[in-house]
Amino acid sequence: MNKTSNNNFKFWWQSGEPWIWLTAGAVSISMVVVFGLLGMIAVRGMSHFWPADIEQMTYQSIDGEQKLIGELIESEFIKRERYLESGLGTVPESQLEVKRWLLKTGNRGILSSDFRWIDDHNIKGRETPDQLIVVERVEWGNFYGYLKQVNQQGELQAEGDAAWTELEQRIQRVTKLRDELKGLEKGDIGAINYQLERLRLKRKSLALKGLDTKDNLAAIDVEEKQLDQDYEQLREKLQKLHHDLERDSAVFVVMDGREITIPLVNVVSVLKPNSMNVFQKLGHYFVAFMNFMSDDPREANTEGGVFPAIFGTVMMVLLMSVLVTPLGVIAALYLREYARQGPMIRLIRIAVNNLAGVPSIVYGVFGLGFFVYFLGGNLDQLFFPGALPAPTFGTPGLMWASLTLSLLTLPVVIVSTEEGLARIPGSLREGSLALGATKFETLWKVVLPMSSPAIMTGLILAVARAAGEVAPLMLVGVVKLAPQLPMDGNAPFMHLERKFMHLGFHIYDVGFQSPNVEAARPLVYATAFLLVLVIVLLNLSAIMLRNHLREKYKALDH
Amino acid sequence: MSNQVKTHGIDTSILSSGLKHLRLEDEDICLEVNDLQLHYGEKQALQGINLKIPRKRVTAFIGPSGCGKSTLLRCFNRMNDLVDSARVDGEILLDGEDIYSPDVDISTLRRRVGMVFQRPNPFPKTIYENVAYGLRLQGINKRHILDERVEWALKSAALWGEVNNRLNDSALGLSGGQQQRLVIARAIAIKPEVLLLDEPASALDPISTLKIEELIYELKSDYTIVIVTHNMQQAARVSDYTAFMYMGDMIEYGATDKLFTNPAKKQTEDYITGRYG
Repeated sequence: MNKTSNNNFKFWWQSGEPWIWLTAGAVSISMVVVFGLLGMIAVRGMSHFWPADIEQMTYQSIDGEQKLIGELIESEFIKRERYLESGLGTVPESQLEVKRWLLKTGNRGILSSDFRWIDDHNIKGRETPDQLIVVERVEWGNFYGYLKQVNQQGELQAEGDAAWTELEQRIQRVTKLRDELKGLEKGDIGAINYQLERLRLKRKSLALKGLDTKDNLAAIDVEEKQLDQDYEQLREKLQKLHHDLERDSAVFVVMDGREITIPLVNVVSVLKPNSMNVFQKLGHYFVAFMNFMSDDPREANTEGGVFPAIFGTVMMVLLMSVLVTPLGVIAALYLREYARQGPMIRLIRIAVNNLAGVPSIVYGVFGLGFFVYFLGGNLDQLFFPGALPAPTFGTPGLMWASLTLSLLTLPVVIVSTEEGLARIPGSLREGSLALGATKFETLWKVVLPMSSPAIMTGLILAVARAAGEVAPLMLVGVVKLAPQLPMDGNAPFMHLERKFMHLGFHIYDVGFQSPNVEAARPLVYATAFLLVLVIVLLNLSAIMLRNHLREKYKALDH
Repeated sequence: MSNQVKTHGIDTSILSSGLKHLRLEDEDICLEVNDLQLHYGEKQALQGINLKIPRKRVTAFIGPSGCGKSTLLRCFNRMNDLVDSARVDGEILLDGEDIYSPDVDISTLRRRVGMVFQRPNPFPKTIYENVAYGLRLQGINKRHILDERVEWALKSAALWGEVNNRLNDSALGLSGGQQQRLVIARAIAIKPEVLLLDEPASALDPISTLKIEELIYELKSDYTIVIVTHNMQQAARVSDYTAFMYMGDMIEYGATDKLFTNPAKKQTEDYITGRYG
C-alpha cells in the first residue's frame, strides 16, 4: 500500500505537474497583487466623489448629550482595556471591544475640528433628514447644516421651502460670475501682465545694449500706455464683477444650533444628498469626478481638482519622449551600425545598461547642477540678461525636468533600439546597398523604418518609467502649486521655463504635506488612481502606434 | 538541332546559345578579372582568378558549395567590402577601368552593376516604392518619370501583368517567385550594365524557376548577366558561357555547349557528370 502511494507520488513528480502548479501559482499571486492594488486605489479614490448620506445623531459624550451632524467615514474596533486606559469614556461590562466611528463634521472654521472619533455605543438616535445640506465651500472644506434663509445684500429674500430653489438659482448666477471673473483674470489681464513684463524686459535689455535712444523708448512708452488704458477698463469690469459676486448670502443652522451666514461667493455647490435617489447621486458622482479632473486645486491642494497636475504630467512625458527618442536612436545607431565592435564598444554598452540602474535622485542632482545652474545660468546670461537677477531658465522648470528624465530613460531607448537594429535581416541591407545606396541612405530609408516598432517599445518603457518618477522632479521643476500652466495663449504659447505640477508629486504633497490629513486621504487615492490612469493611457496610445508600425513594417519571415 | 546529342547525361538540345561556335575571342569583353585573390582573414577564398566576361551574354558560375563562386560574384559590385575581414588583391576591369581603384565611387559602381540575391528581399514597402527605390536614391522624384520607369521595369521583369492593379499594395504580399521578379525589376529599374544573379531561383518552386529563366533569356539582349547556380541544368539552359570553379580556383571556363559536351579538364567532367560535388 505504502509502496504504491510512493510510486504514485514519484510518477506525479516526474510528470511535471508540480512544476505547472508552481508556475501557475506564481502568476496567480502576481495577478492578485496587481489587481488588488489597483482595486484598492480605485475603490478608495473613486468612492470619495460619491455623495454619501449625512447623518444626524444624538450623541452621549462625556460633556453630556449633544447633536452631531456629519458623514460617517470609517470605523474601527479597539480593545475594551485600551479604551478605558485612554480615558475616552465608559463602556458596558458585556462589551469586549469598542466600535468607534470617524465622523466628518465638516464646518471647519466654525467647529474646533472637522473630523472626530465617536463611540458607537454612545450614539443614541441616528437619522438622515432630507433637509440636511452639504455646502462645498471655496475655502475651509465642506459645510453641513440646514438652510434657513437666503439674503440679498443682507435683506431677506426667501425663507423656508422656497429658500432652496432660490439658493440653487443664486449659486448658478455666482458660478457664472466666478467663471467670468476667472476668465478675465487669467485671460485678458494675464495677457496684459505678460505684455507689460515683456516690455519691461525689453526696456532693460535696450539699456544694457546701450540702445535706449529716445525713439526706442518712446515706442515702448506708447505700447505701455495703451496696455495701461486697457487694464483700467478691465479693472472697472473686474470691480463690478467682485461687487456683484458679493451680493448674496445664505444663513444656515449648524448642529449646535448656531446660525451661520455664508456669502455665496464662497460656495462652490450645494447638495441635499439625503433626498437624492441613486441615479441623481450617480449623476452628481460623474459631475464631481469631472470637476476633480478639470479644476484647479484649492485649500493647499486638499480641495478642488488636479487639472494642472494632469496637464503637467502629460506635457512633461510628451516633451521627454520628444527629447529622448532622437537622442537614443542616434546613439544606438552609432553603437550598432558605425562603431567598430570591440572591447571599447562593449564597455560603453555595459556602461549604458548600468545607467538604467542609477538611482533617479542622482539624475535629479545632476539635472539641478548641470542643466539648471550651469546650462540655465549661461542661457540667462546670453539670452535673457534683461530679466537678471531674476532667473528665466536658471531655475528649475519644465524643460530641465523633461531633459533630466530623458537622460534617465535614455538607456532603455538605446537598448531596445539596438535590439531592433540587430533584428533587421542583412539581406535587406544588402538589397539596398546593391542598388547604389550609401550606408546612411540604407539606414535612413530601410533599416530605421523597420526598427520603428522596437524604438516604440523602448519609448513605451521610457514613458512608463518617466511618468511615475517623482524624486528627481522635485529638484528640477515640480512645485506644489503652479500659478500658470506651461502652455497658454500668450506667444510663444509653450513656456518651457515655467515650473509645473505633477500627479506623483501631488500625491506626496497631499498625503504628507497637507495640514488636514483626514480630509486629504481620499484625494491621495483618487490622485494615485488618476496617475495610473494617465500612465496607462499614455502607454496604450504608444502601444497602438507600435502595433500599427509593426503591421506596416512586418519583417520578412527569414 | 533535331538530333538530340546526349553527352555526359546533359541534354544539349536545351543549350540556350542556339547557334554554336560561340568563341570568347569574338566577344566584346565587359568585365575582365586579372589574378584576383581574396582572403577572409587568414583563409584564402579566391586563388588568383583570371576571367573575361563578355558583354550581353549570360555567364554562369558553377561548382560545389563553398568553391567561391558567390564570393567572386560579389567582387563585381564590391559587396565583399561589407565584410570587415575580406581583403582583395588583383584587379577587376569594368569597361577597362579597375573597380578596385581608390577613386571609384562605390555607389556609382553598384548602379552600374546590379545584383539579385538568393532569397527574394523586397523592402517592406509598396510594390511601386520597391521598384522606385533605386531611382529615388538618384534623386529622381518626378511622378511621371517614376511611373514610366516603374512600369517599364516591371514589364521587363515580366511582372507588370500580375501587379499592375495593386502597385500600392505591400510587396510582402507577393509570392516568392513574384518577389524575386520584383527584385529583378528593382535592379533593372536603374538600368545597370551588368546584372549579377546569385542563385536567383534556388528558393523558388519549378514554375517560378522557369519564369526566372525565361526572364534571364529575355534580359540578355540588354544586359551582361552573370549568374551563380548550383543547378547544372539551369546553367546549361540559360548561359552562353560557363565557368567551373573548385576550391577557390577557376578550373575551366568556356562556351557553355563546349564545357558541357566536351570539357577539357577531368575535374569538370567529374563534376558535371555528378561524380562529386
